[in-house]
Amino acid sequence: MIPLEVILNGSLNMIGYALATLGPALGVAWIFSSVINGTARQPEARGAMMGTAFIGFAVVEALAIIAIALAFVL
Amino acid sequence: MGFLPLLVPLDGGSTEELFEHLGWPPGVESFAGRPLLPGVLPDWVTNTVAQAIIGAILVIIMWLVFARKQTIVPSRRQFAGEFLYDIVRNGIGRDILGPDFRPYLPYLLGLISFIIVNNFFGEFFFFMFPTFSHIAYPYALAIMSWLLYIIVGIKRFGVGHYFKKMLIPEGVPVGLYPLIIPLEFISNFIVRPVTLALRLFANMFAGHLVIMVFVIGGTLLIELGGPLIAAGSVSLIMSFAIFALELFVGALQAYIFTVLTAQYVSSSIAEGH
Repeated sequence: MIPLEVILNGSLNMIGYALATLGPALGVAWIFSSVINGTARQPEARGAMMGTAFIGFAVVEALAIIAIALAFVL
Repeated sequence: MGFLPLLVPLDGGSTEELFEHLGWPPGVESFAGRPLLPGVLPDWVTNTVAQAIIGAILVIIMWLVFARKQTIVPSRRQFAGEFLYDIVRNGIGRDILGPDFRPYLPYLLGLISFIIVNNFFGEFFFFMFPTFSHIAYPYALAIMSWLLYIIVGIKRFGVGHYFKKMLIPEGVPVGLYPLIIPLEFISNFIVRPVTLALRLFANMFAGHLVIMVFVIGGTLLIELGGPLIAAGSVSLIMSFAIFALELFVGALQAYIFTVLTAQYVSSSIAEGH
């Protein structure tokens, strides 16, 4: 059998990172649910909304991405 | 071995100890490049480098074939090409960049095709490795997009006006300038390219790691025998679903990379907010 310490090794950073993704996940979900709502109410405004949404998505996603960089580095 | 080497683009990661690691558990070491023809070609010509070159050639051939012998009534081949081109032209270029989107179309189209082809290498036989799970490649693409949106903005507005526009949002009182200018600088010129590269890298890396866990783990479970054969079979069957998910993620990340590049260019060339 494989000894336990071979199976259970790694970095606690990854658990911290998993917790840290919760915020950006909620943020991204919220952004796109708003876009869907907005598109349902006014389909012709979709282009303008998608533009803003992707800027916001990039900013929110940046948190998760900075977190993964720190999880790797620290 | 820590995770730091992941974020530093040293693609000659084919040292002996990395090369020797082939097995369980899948980890950073499983991503080490293998020299293609050791002795014949220099050591930095790994499978990843070859994949990137093959990907570029495939993209060039694909668009040359699509663009050949165009007629008013399109053939099937031309229709397929125009369909793909239209997605990028109307869905990304025109919607985001506005009326003067034409100069940026070749770059956007090349970008999305190159990323999609290289991401799909992760799921296709013979390659079985997503090129962009090596950080150097996303960095290179992000630097190109970064230079593009800075140069385009400077060309349109001149250096002074461009940086004033990018660093000082309209309507901010003078007292807040010391706070706002560094924040905007970090956000617009440092965080943007870094996140652009890391988003693509992290998705490809994590996806390939999950595939390896399912496939190698399933194989190991089956090899252990006994009741674990059932678990291993389920794991191998589930890996098909993961492969399908990775195809979707690969296409989605290519789309997002292109959309964000277009978005950054558009924020560079927009007249005021």
